[in-house]
Amino acid sequence: MKRASLLQRGWVIVPILVALVITALLLLAFKVSPVEGFGAMIRGAFGDMSKTLSVTAFWVPMTLAAVGLVVSFTAGLWNIGVEGQIVMGAIAASWLALKLDVPRGLLIPLEMLAAMAAGAIWAGIVAVLKTRGKVHEIFGGLAFNNLAIIFTNYLISGPWQPPEGGTFRGTSPFPDKALLPLLGDSRLSPISVVMVIVAVVGVFLILRGTAWGLKLKALGKNPDSAFLLGVSSERETILALMLCGALAGLGGAVRVTSWFDSLRQSISGGIGYLALLVVMLSAFRVAIVPFVSFFFSAVLNGSITLQLRTQLHSALGGILTGVMVLLVLLFGDIRTLRILPGQRRKKAVPDE
Amino acid sequence: MNDSELVRVLASIVLQATPLTIAVCGETITERAGVVNLSLDGTMLLSAMAGFVAAYESSSVWVGFLVAGLVGALFALIVAFGSIRLRKDQFAVGFVLTLLGDELSAFLGQNYTRIPGPHVSHLGIPLLKDIPILGPIFFDHDPLVYFAFVLVAVTWWWMFRSQPGLQLRSAGERPEAGFARGVNINRLRYLYTIIGGALVGIAGAAYSLDIKLGWSEGLTRGLGWIALAIVIFGGWSPIRGMAGALLFGASKALAAALQRRFPEVSVVAFNATPWVLMILVLLLVGSDATERLIQIVPRRYQRRLRQILRVRAPAALGTVFVPGETGED
Repeated sequence: MKRASLLQRGWVIVPILVALVITALLLLAFKVSPVEGFGAMIRGAFGDMSKTLSVTAFWVPMTLAAVGLVVSFTAGLWNIGVEGQIVMGAIAASWLALKLDVPRGLLIPLEMLAAMAAGAIWAGIVAVLKTRGKVHEIFGGLAFNNLAIIFTNYLISGPWQPPEGGTFRGTSPFPDKALLPLLGDSRLSPISVVMVIVAVVGVFLILRGTAWGLKLKALGKNPDSAFLLGVSSERETILALMLCGALAGLGGAVRVTSWFDSLRQSISGGIGYLALLVVMLSAFRVAIVPFVSFFFSAVLNGSITLQLRTQLHSALGGILTGVMVLLVLLFGDIRTLRILPGQRRKKAVPDE
Repeated sequence: MNDSELVRVLASIVLQATPLTIAVCGETITERAGVVNLSLDGTMLLSAMAGFVAAYESSSVWVGFLVAGLVGALFALIVAFGSIRLRKDQFAVGFVLTLLGDELSAFLGQNYTRIPGPHVSHLGIPLLKDIPILGPIFFDHDPLVYFAFVLVAVTWWWMFRSQPGLQLRSAGERPEAGFARGVNINRLRYLYTIIGGALVGIAGAAYSLDIKLGWSEGLTRGLGWIALAIVIFGGWSPIRGMAGALLFGASKALAAALQRRFPEVSVVAFNATPWVLMILVLLLVGSDATERLIQIVPRRYQRRLRQILRVRAPAALGTVFVPGETGED
């Protein structure tokens, strides 16, 4: 691999700045000064210690899912089903939290394992639908996301509704021993940060240093020739999706046992879809994922403060991150802007 | 007879299926040219919002449809530009646009939620609407419904019976062969992706201006994905796609009727119908199990049955075409 020049590396700043400018223009269009708007977002994310801890607590499950997605993307798979895998993890953890009466030291590991198993199974179904049923993982994943959300609604309005009656909002709070120990009165559990570190390092090592990682890369680059080299595309597809599902499921468990204290209606609320964006903006590299994910978490938490301050819809945070991913995806690599193969007849002009 | 319960239900299915029919037709055109515009769900949300706001501010539904079509065309242009010119993963571009369209519709439409606005007015076709049974089902609606019928018929004729349609299909099936015959493949792909996107935009506005009336956050969420699945189920044919949209509408109507009949069954079971159906129909048209099933029936029916049950994607769908190079990326 040739070393990228400074311009090539620095270029990625340009689409990011353009995304910020577009967001600023949107603020202006709604008669909010960009200084005030971005100021509210930054204060909302880092204004005091509790806000920063909140950003970190939101970051944990999103990063777990994103790290899993690096694995499935490496194998060339579009695991949109990650959202449902988070939800199923949350449901499995909630099930043990509500029903199992064992000491804390046993209960919490069991919750995490059950969540990983549930996420992996949900992903495995999508994988088998793809390999055996020729149903593209985008459609399989999407359908199973919706089924997982519908299942959640069924549980909290039916069998798991609180004794005072179903409100469609959530189950009763779990007993204390089922919850992860939290840092002060924040929603962040130090244990969950350790999980993220283990996941990042683990996936990095798997993709870097194992034969399986190499197989996944071969599959992702070119499924047909990988098959000729003896890589079983079915086995690798199922395993890659299940590993991703397990990490996403763990993220779901963290959501119910630390961010919330019960199973809620929008238990994931789109974290899985955000994780997909995170991985794209990280150029599918696991070492960058935690940082990009932290930025996303800060923007989204900040935009909630923005809504409180200015009455503007918090979707602005999603617009900022979405535009940024789109522009970096399209224009982030200066080499593809300057030299366009196949456009030799015309002089290639950079478009932006 | 024209007032019977069944006729009324069938007529409402035709009406409800109209936006999906238009969206499916648009995406079918795009994919037949070899491009996958995955952004349908976000495109429909944003254009439903933009169409409603434009119609509300101008007091004209036609301005609304125009703006919605432009929004759809713009998103499609981004997909086409990203995949054809910049050679980026078209799934990635489409997926980001899906989420972005959703967020943009929520943000830009925040001051226009749940307010009454203009809508398409009813227009029965004289004479035709008086035909027993068929009249009220198909010809006693508003102009948008007739637009969908005409659109499907014209698209089918264009695609399968006209010379430009042959070129359109060549772009999706064998671009190098089309190129050898002097067809500018990438220009066609731009053109048909943008036309398809504009139709998807019109479909979005069809919800906010005709079927669901008004704008609220997440108005059409999920329906874009359903449309994408119906394109596959429809075997990339506009007529079969329309049949798919009608079947989808019918199954929803059936679920609603069953829900009224059996209130003791959880509402969950009925909410799950579209997604279970989505998996089942994709399994039906794609899986090897269907092929084995076909092998069982007598030989002379096999070909016909295969035509009905199986579909095949355009061979060069989602691939990059570089003029002068053989093989695909």
